Amino acid sequence: MTVLTHAFTPGPIVASGQVKLTLMAPVARFSLRLRAANIPAVSKAIGVDLATTVGARAANGTTESICLGPDEWLIIAKPDDTETVTNACADVYASATHSLTEVSAREVTVRIEGERASELLTIGCPRDIDSIPVGGGCRTVIDGVTVVLWRDAEQSFRMDIWRSFALHIIDLLCTGCKEFAAE
Amino acid sequence: MLLIHCPYCNQTLPELEFTYAGEAHIARPADPSSVSDEEWRDFLFIRTNVKGPHYERWRHFHGCGRYFNAVRDTVSDRFLITYKTDDPRPELSKLLEKSK
Repeated sequence: MTVLTHAFTPGPIVASGQVKLTLMAPVARFSLRLRAANIPAVSKAIGVDLATTVGARAANGTTESICLGPDEWLIIAKPDDTETVTNACADVYASATHSLTEVSAREVTVRIEGERASELLTIGCPRDIDSIPVGGGCRTVIDGVTVVLWRDAEQSFRMDIWRSFALHIIDLLCTGCKEFAAE
Repeated sequence: MLLIHCPYCNQTLPELEFTYAGEAHIARPADPSSVSDEEWRDFLFIRTNVKGPHYERWRHFHGCGRYFNAVRDTVSDRFLITYKTDDPRPELSKLLEKSK
Protein backbone atom coordinates (compact mmCIF):
# COMPACT_ATOMS: atom_id res chain seq x y z
CA MET A 1 0.00 0.00 0.00
CA THR A 2 1.25 3.43 -0.84
CA VAL A 3 0.80 5.98 1.88
CA LEU A 4 1.16 9.55 0.78
CA THR A 5 2.10 11.93 3.52
CA HIS A 6 2.84 15.59 3.40
CA ALA A 7 4.59 17.49 6.13
CA PHE A 8 3.18 20.89 5.18
CA THR A 9 6.39 22.70 6.11
CA PRO A 10 5.59 26.39 6.59
CA GLY A 11 7.33 28.70 4.16
CA PRO A 12 7.03 30.34 0.77
CA ILE A 13 5.28 28.38 -1.98
CA VAL A 14 5.40 31.05 -4.68
CA ALA A 15 7.92 33.65 -3.63
CA SER A 16 7.91 36.13 -6.50
CA GLY A 17 5.56 37.55 -9.05
CA GLN A 18 2.30 39.41 -8.84
CA VAL A 19 0.90 37.08 -6.19
CA LYS A 20 2.87 35.43 -3.42
CA LEU A 21 1.76 32.26 -1.69
CA THR A 22 3.05 31.33 1.75
CA LEU A 23 2.18 28.33 3.86
CA MET A 24 1.67 29.75 7.33
CA ALA A 25 2.87 28.32 10.62
CA PRO A 26 0.42 26.08 12.50
CA VAL A 27 -2.08 27.77 14.81
CA ALA A 28 -4.59 26.52 17.34
CA ARG A 29 -8.06 26.28 15.81
CA PHE A 30 -11.37 25.73 17.54
CA SER A 31 -14.85 25.18 16.26
CA LEU A 32 -17.33 26.86 18.61
CA ARG A 33 -21.07 26.32 18.57
CA LEU A 34 -23.46 28.05 20.95
CA ARG A 35 -26.85 29.69 21.30
CA ALA A 36 -27.29 33.46 21.20
CA ALA A 37 -28.07 33.72 24.93
CA ASN A 38 -24.63 32.36 25.84
CA ILE A 39 -22.58 34.61 23.56
CA PRO A 40 -21.70 37.25 26.22
CA ALA A 41 -20.46 34.68 28.75
CA VAL A 42 -18.33 32.75 26.26
CA SER A 43 -17.02 35.98 24.68
CA LYS A 44 -15.85 37.07 28.11
CA ALA A 45 -14.19 33.72 28.76
CA ILE A 46 -12.26 33.73 25.47
CA GLY A 47 -11.56 37.46 25.65
CA VAL A 48 -12.92 38.12 22.16
CA ASP A 49 -16.30 39.77 21.53
CA LEU A 50 -17.88 37.20 19.22
CA ALA A 51 -19.53 38.90 16.25
CA THR A 52 -23.09 37.88 15.43
CA THR A 53 -23.13 38.75 11.73
CA VAL A 54 -22.06 35.91 9.43
CA GLY A 55 -18.65 36.79 7.99
CA ALA A 56 -17.74 39.32 10.69
CA ARG A 57 -14.52 38.97 12.62
CA ALA A 58 -13.29 40.00 16.05
CA ALA A 59 -9.83 39.79 17.56
CA ASN A 60 -7.97 40.34 20.78
CA GLY A 61 -4.21 40.19 20.34
CA THR A 62 -3.39 36.91 18.67
CA THR A 63 -6.78 35.36 19.35
CA GLU A 64 -9.15 35.81 16.45
CA SER A 65 -12.69 34.77 15.73
CA ILE A 66 -14.89 34.70 12.68
CA CYS A 67 -18.62 34.09 12.64
CA LEU A 68 -19.26 31.30 10.11
CA GLY A 69 -22.96 30.73 10.74
CA PRO A 70 -25.75 31.95 13.00
CA ASP A 71 -24.51 29.70 15.80
CA GLU A 72 -21.00 28.84 14.65
CA TRP A 73 -17.61 30.48 15.10
CA LEU A 74 -14.04 29.61 14.25
CA ILE A 75 -11.47 30.64 16.85
CA ILE A 76 -7.78 30.99 15.99
CA ALA A 77 -5.10 31.34 18.65
CA LYS A 78 -1.39 30.85 19.20
CA PRO A 79 -0.55 27.15 19.69
CA ASP A 80 0.65 28.02 23.21
CA ASP A 81 -2.81 29.36 24.07
CA THR A 82 -4.62 26.08 23.32
CA GLU A 83 -5.05 25.20 26.96
CA THR A 84 -5.90 28.75 27.98
CA VAL A 85 -8.85 28.84 25.59
CA THR A 86 -9.98 25.31 26.43
CA ASN A 87 -9.85 25.93 30.17
CA ALA A 88 -11.51 29.34 29.96
CA CYS A 89 -14.44 27.83 28.10
CA ALA A 90 -14.63 24.81 30.39
CA ASP A 91 -14.93 27.18 33.36
CA VAL A 92 -18.10 28.82 32.01
CA TYR A 93 -19.60 25.62 30.61
CA ALA A 94 -21.94 25.03 33.55
CA SER A 95 -23.69 28.40 33.14
CA ALA A 96 -23.19 28.93 29.39
CA THR A 97 -23.58 25.65 27.53
CA HIS A 98 -21.59 25.46 24.32
CA SER A 99 -19.54 23.12 22.21
CA LEU A 100 -15.84 23.86 21.79
CA THR A 101 -13.86 21.44 19.67
CA GLU A 102 -10.19 21.74 18.96
CA VAL A 103 -9.62 21.30 15.22
CA SER A 104 -6.03 22.57 14.98
CA ALA A 105 -4.85 19.69 12.80
CA ARG A 106 -7.80 19.88 10.44
CA GLU A 107 -6.61 22.70 8.25
CA VAL A 108 -3.55 24.43 6.91
CA THR A 109 -3.49 28.12 6.11
CA VAL A 110 -2.09 29.72 2.99
CA ARG A 111 -1.39 33.43 2.80
CA ILE A 112 -2.27 34.87 -0.63
CA GLU A 113 -0.97 38.36 -1.19
CA GLY A 114 0.17 40.60 -3.98
CA GLU A 115 -1.29 43.07 -6.43
CA ARG A 116 -3.50 40.47 -8.13
CA ALA A 117 -4.40 38.31 -5.12
CA SER A 118 -8.15 38.86 -5.38
CA GLU A 119 -8.02 38.10 -9.09
CA LEU A 120 -6.16 34.84 -8.40
CA LEU A 121 -8.98 33.66 -6.15
CA THR A 122 -11.45 33.85 -9.00
CA ILE A 123 -9.69 30.82 -10.51
CA GLY A 124 -11.99 28.62 -8.46
CA CYS A 125 -14.06 30.77 -6.14
CA PRO A 126 -17.51 31.70 -7.49
CA ARG A 127 -18.20 34.29 -4.80
CA ASP A 128 -17.71 37.94 -5.69
CA ILE A 129 -14.37 38.55 -3.93
CA ASP A 130 -14.99 42.32 -3.93
CA SER A 131 -18.04 41.73 -1.72
CA ILE A 132 -15.81 40.51 1.12
CA PRO A 133 -14.85 43.57 3.18
CA VAL A 134 -11.29 44.13 4.39
CA GLY A 135 -11.23 42.80 7.95
CA GLY A 136 -14.01 40.36 7.14
CA GLY A 137 -14.14 36.86 5.81
CA CYS A 138 -16.40 34.00 4.87
CA ARG A 139 -16.65 30.31 4.44
CA THR A 140 -16.97 29.64 0.75
CA VAL A 141 -15.96 27.17 -1.91
CA ILE A 142 -12.99 27.00 -4.26
CA ASP A 143 -12.99 24.33 -6.95
CA GLY A 144 -15.45 22.22 -4.97
CA VAL A 145 -13.59 22.46 -1.66
CA THR A 146 -14.97 24.32 1.34
CA VAL A 147 -12.48 26.88 2.65
CA VAL A 148 -12.49 29.76 5.08
CA LEU A 149 -11.27 32.97 3.53
CA TRP A 150 -10.01 35.85 5.67
CA ARG A 151 -9.45 39.20 4.01
CA ASP A 152 -6.75 41.03 5.96
CA ALA A 153 -6.06 43.81 3.46
CA GLU A 154 -7.27 44.81 0.02
CA GLN A 155 -4.88 42.31 -1.59
CA SER A 156 -3.97 40.03 1.29
CA PHE A 157 -5.96 36.92 2.16
CA ARG A 158 -5.62 33.89 4.36
CA MET A 159 -7.24 30.67 3.23
CA ASP A 160 -7.88 27.83 5.66
CA ILE A 161 -7.99 24.58 3.70
CA TRP A 162 -8.71 21.11 5.04
CA ARG A 163 -5.42 19.19 4.93
CA SER A 164 -6.62 16.44 2.62
CA PHE A 165 -7.69 19.01 0.02
CA ALA A 166 -4.80 21.41 0.58
CA LEU A 167 -2.39 19.95 -1.99
CA HIS A 168 -5.04 20.18 -4.68
CA ILE A 169 -5.98 23.77 -3.88
CA ILE A 170 -2.37 24.89 -3.50
CA ASP A 171 -1.60 23.29 -6.88
CA LEU A 172 -4.52 25.16 -8.38
CA LEU A 173 -3.33 28.48 -6.94
CA CYS A 174 0.20 27.79 -8.22
CA THR A 175 -1.24 27.20 -11.68
CA GLY A 176 -2.93 30.61 -11.46
CA CYS A 177 0.35 32.23 -10.42
CA LYS A 178 2.08 30.65 -13.43
CA GLU A 179 -0.64 31.97 -15.71
CA PHE A 180 -0.07 35.47 -14.37
CA ALA A 181 3.69 35.08 -14.86
CA ALA A 182 3.19 33.88 -18.45
CA GLU A 183 1.07 36.87 -19.46
CA MET B 1 -25.42 30.84 -12.70
CA LEU B 2 -28.30 31.22 -10.25
CA LEU B 3 -27.87 33.73 -7.48
CA ILE B 4 -29.54 32.64 -4.25
CA HIS B 5 -30.25 34.81 -1.24
CA CYS B 6 -29.28 33.08 2.01
CA PRO B 7 -31.64 34.31 4.76
CA TYR B 8 -29.07 33.50 7.46
CA CYS B 9 -26.05 35.19 5.83
CA ASN B 10 -28.34 37.89 4.39
CA GLN B 11 -26.31 37.87 1.20
CA THR B 12 -27.07 36.90 -2.37
CA LEU B 13 -24.51 34.30 -3.37
CA PRO B 14 -23.68 31.98 -6.27
CA GLU B 15 -25.55 28.72 -6.63
CA LEU B 16 -22.30 26.71 -6.31
CA GLU B 17 -22.26 27.37 -2.56
CA PHE B 18 -25.69 25.76 -2.16
CA THR B 19 -27.17 22.30 -2.37
CA TYR B 20 -30.77 21.40 -3.12
CA ALA B 21 -32.57 19.46 -0.42
CA GLY B 22 -35.98 18.46 -1.76
CA GLU B 23 -39.50 19.68 -1.15
CA ALA B 24 -40.17 21.84 1.90
CA HIS B 25 -42.88 21.70 4.57
CA ILE B 26 -43.07 17.92 4.73
CA ALA B 27 -43.71 17.12 8.36
CA ARG B 28 -42.64 13.76 9.74
CA PRO B 29 -45.63 12.06 11.39
CA ALA B 30 -45.53 12.67 15.13
CA ASP B 31 -46.16 9.00 15.85
CA PRO B 32 -44.72 6.95 12.96
CA SER B 33 -45.85 3.58 14.31
CA SER B 34 -49.51 4.60 14.21
CA VAL B 35 -49.67 5.59 10.53
CA SER B 36 -50.69 3.20 7.78
CA ASP B 37 -48.24 1.86 5.20
CA GLU B 38 -49.80 4.12 2.56
CA GLU B 39 -49.40 7.22 4.71
CA TRP B 40 -45.80 6.31 5.47
CA ARG B 41 -45.10 5.70 1.77
CA ASP B 42 -46.59 9.12 0.96
CA PHE B 43 -44.44 10.76 3.63
CA LEU B 44 -41.28 9.11 2.33
CA PHE B 45 -41.70 9.20 -1.42
CA ILE B 46 -44.71 11.06 -2.76
CA ARG B 47 -43.91 14.63 -3.77
CA THR B 48 -45.96 17.23 -5.59
CA ASN B 49 -43.55 17.67 -8.54
CA VAL B 50 -45.16 20.95 -9.47
CA LYS B 51 -44.66 22.84 -12.69
CA GLY B 52 -44.38 26.41 -11.50
CA PRO B 53 -43.75 27.83 -8.01
CA HIS B 54 -42.31 25.12 -5.80
CA TYR B 55 -41.72 25.23 -2.04
CA GLU B 56 -38.35 23.62 -1.54
CA ARG B 57 -35.43 23.32 0.85
CA TRP B 58 -31.90 24.44 0.12
CA ARG B 59 -28.75 24.26 2.17
CA HIS B 60 -25.99 26.86 2.24
CA PHE B 61 -23.49 24.02 2.25
CA HIS B 62 -20.27 25.93 1.52
CA GLY B 63 -21.20 28.82 3.80
CA CYS B 64 -23.19 29.03 7.00
CA GLY B 65 -24.27 25.40 6.61
CA ARG B 66 -27.92 26.20 7.32
CA TYR B 67 -30.98 24.71 5.69
CA PHE B 68 -33.59 27.24 4.59
CA ASN B 69 -36.73 27.27 2.49
CA ALA B 70 -37.31 28.84 -0.90
CA VAL B 71 -40.06 29.26 -3.44
CA ARG B 72 -38.65 28.73 -6.91
CA ASP B 73 -40.46 28.64 -10.19
CA THR B 74 -39.48 25.28 -11.69
CA VAL B 75 -40.13 26.58 -15.20
CA SER B 76 -38.11 29.80 -15.14
CA ASP B 77 -35.75 28.85 -12.25
CA ARG B 78 -36.60 32.20 -10.71
CA PHE B 79 -36.57 32.43 -6.92
CA LEU B 80 -39.65 34.21 -5.60
CA ILE B 81 -38.44 34.22 -2.00
CA THR B 82 -36.10 32.49 0.43
CA TYR B 83 -36.92 32.34 4.12
CA LYS B 84 -35.68 30.78 7.35
CA THR B 85 -36.80 27.26 8.23
CA ASP B 86 -38.88 28.38 11.20
CA ASP B 87 -40.68 31.13 9.28
CA PRO B 88 -44.28 30.41 8.25
CA ARG B 89 -44.98 29.23 4.73
CA PRO B 90 -45.54 32.39 2.65
CA GLU B 91 -48.76 32.65 0.70
CA LEU B 92 -48.27 32.05 -2.98
CA SER B 93 -50.75 34.66 -4.18
CA LYS B 94 -48.87 37.43 -2.35
CA LEU B 95 -45.53 36.25 -3.74
CA LEU B 96 -46.83 36.18 -7.28
CA GLU B 97 -48.28 39.66 -6.88
CA LYS B 98 -44.98 40.95 -5.53
CA SER B 99 -42.97 39.42 -8.36
CA LYS B 100 -45.07 41.12 -11.05
